[in-house]
Amino acid sequence: MSLKRSDVENIAHLARLAVNTSELDSVAGDLSTILHLVEQMNAVDTTGVIPMAHPLHMAQRLRPDVVNETDEREHFQSIAPATEMGLYLVPRVVE
Amino acid sequence: MHNKSIMALGAGLRAGDFSSVELTRAFLDRIAQYDGELNCFITLDPERALTSAAAADRLIRSGKAGPLAGIPIAHKDIFCTDGVKTSCGSRMLDNFIAPYDATVVSRLSEAGTVMLGKTNMDEFAMGSSNETSYYGVVRNPWDSSLVPGGSSGGSAASVAARLCVAATGTDTGGSIRQPAALCGITGLKPTYGRVSRYGMIAFASSLDQGGALTRSAEDAAVMLQAMAGFDHRDSTSAQEPVPDYSENLNALLTGLKIGLPKEYFNEGLDGEVARSVELAVDEYRRLGAEAMEISLPNSELSVATYYVVAPAECSSNLSRFDGVRFGYRCQEPKDLEDLYKRSRSEGFGAEVKRRILIGTYALSAGYYDAYYLKAQQIRHLISDDFRRAFDKVDVIMGPTSPTTAFAIGEKADDPVTMYLSDIYTIAANLAGLPGISIPVRPVAGKPVGLQIIGNYFQEAKLLNVAHRLQQESDWHRALPTGY
Repeated sequence: MSLKRSDVENIAHLARLAVNTSELDSVAGDLSTILHLVEQMNAVDTTGVIPMAHPLHMAQRLRPDVVNETDEREHFQSIAPATEMGLYLVPRVVE
Repeated sequence: MHNKSIMALGAGLRAGDFSSVELTRAFLDRIAQYDGELNCFITLDPERALTSAAAADRLIRSGKAGPLAGIPIAHKDIFCTDGVKTSCGSRMLDNFIAPYDATVVSRLSEAGTVMLGKTNMDEFAMGSSNETSYYGVVRNPWDSSLVPGGSSGGSAASVAARLCVAATGTDTGGSIRQPAALCGITGLKPTYGRVSRYGMIAFASSLDQGGALTRSAEDAAVMLQAMAGFDHRDSTSAQEPVPDYSENLNALLTGLKIGLPKEYFNEGLDGEVARSVELAVDEYRRLGAEAMEISLPNSELSVATYYVVAPAECSSNLSRFDGVRFGYRCQEPKDLEDLYKRSRSEGFGAEVKRRILIGTYALSAGYYDAYYLKAQQIRHLISDDFRRAFDKVDVIMGPTSPTTAFAIGEKADDPVTMYLSDIYTIAANLAGLPGISIPVRPVAGKPVGLQIIGNYFQEAKLLNVAHRLQQESDWHRALPTGY
């Protein structure tokens, strides 16, 4: 599978990454090379093979429904780029 | 003093031959002397180190100290350290002061270790040469024109150059074992889930595992003892009991069955590296082990499978870096989308962006089945290969890396060639198995690693097998000249 410039633009938008127009060709080339490598997988018939998402066959643990963490909002927000009154600030979203 | 084992240093500390403050000063002096050239450390905190050393000295005098009390170590900069910059090798986290300790960090600090600093690494652990770090490449102490391997390159080089006694690392596709091999030290990647991932910045959550880089298997056993065990803060933490990893280090290897996968001795393997591995296997035969050829038929698909699974998980994990809550934010964003896109594009380096894009593509509508589902199915086949192999053998041995350390810049512009340097280490991550790399006969003065893979939760067996060879040979005692 070789990717086109428009594919890269589309994927980059999904990933919320900006790719300069001047870099589109080289990024498309790099990604296509990786996809060629990945396509070795097509040589194997995997009909009926159960997908493995995780190495250990474990079930998610449950715990009693009790509070076990304290509120550390101020501590965690102290490293944020911009906050006000306990809220994270971003550029205006609603006009 | 800098060339002693954890056990020997511990004995010296407890006997009062020297203090942890003196030991810590000695290592800080070595770092000041050599790290300008090597670039192993991103952050140093001498003041904090000397304060914890003084505390360790008080603990030792009280007679309650364990084997790691007062021992100066380094943490890979992927582990969050409360109040200390945790960059993950990225501009994205250049300003990130972690608000809490990773479980690995808190456990090792409770054991009395002294943190000298945070080690350099490939950005977000994505790399095999330490060249993708925002903080520059780490140099291999054996030859400064060579890479140290990666992604735990700073940890490996600092242990090899004796700038710390031991270091932590993480291994998603070989990031502990491969740099350990290229730097001539011991690197242990435990079973998936053995060591808590809490506070270890996530790359690919179903593959990531923390471990130790040390100068011997004996030291690795002591480090793992402090690091391993259930942690309620990690949802995939294993609940298996933790055995005494040092207890059976000297057990005899008579009758040990070693499997040599024929796929690990293929045409991509350097002939002299293969010869070093064979010499080590001969040594094991002399120790009473029996070696036999086995097959892991799907292992040649490991790299292809990994480069779907790991980027897919990374594209999801790294979506948290959005310029809003912590980390890098671009200047004067014009709207929210611009804030996300420019913060991420300016904050991440080329390799990280490449993997996010591949992962996003593999997970996108219309491609999920062809890439991600297919990769998960092959992951199952790779894992089954190991299951069948471990019905016949106790451990699997082969090379850690197909070549010795390569030159800085040699593979930097060719992602796929770089990815193939992890061809022998990736399968253990896909299956979740433990693996260790130990130094064997060097080739032209460059270190070579023997990889030993064990069955699930068989770290004690791996350490025993590695330790026995280190009792019979001097390969792990070799030091790079000048250090």
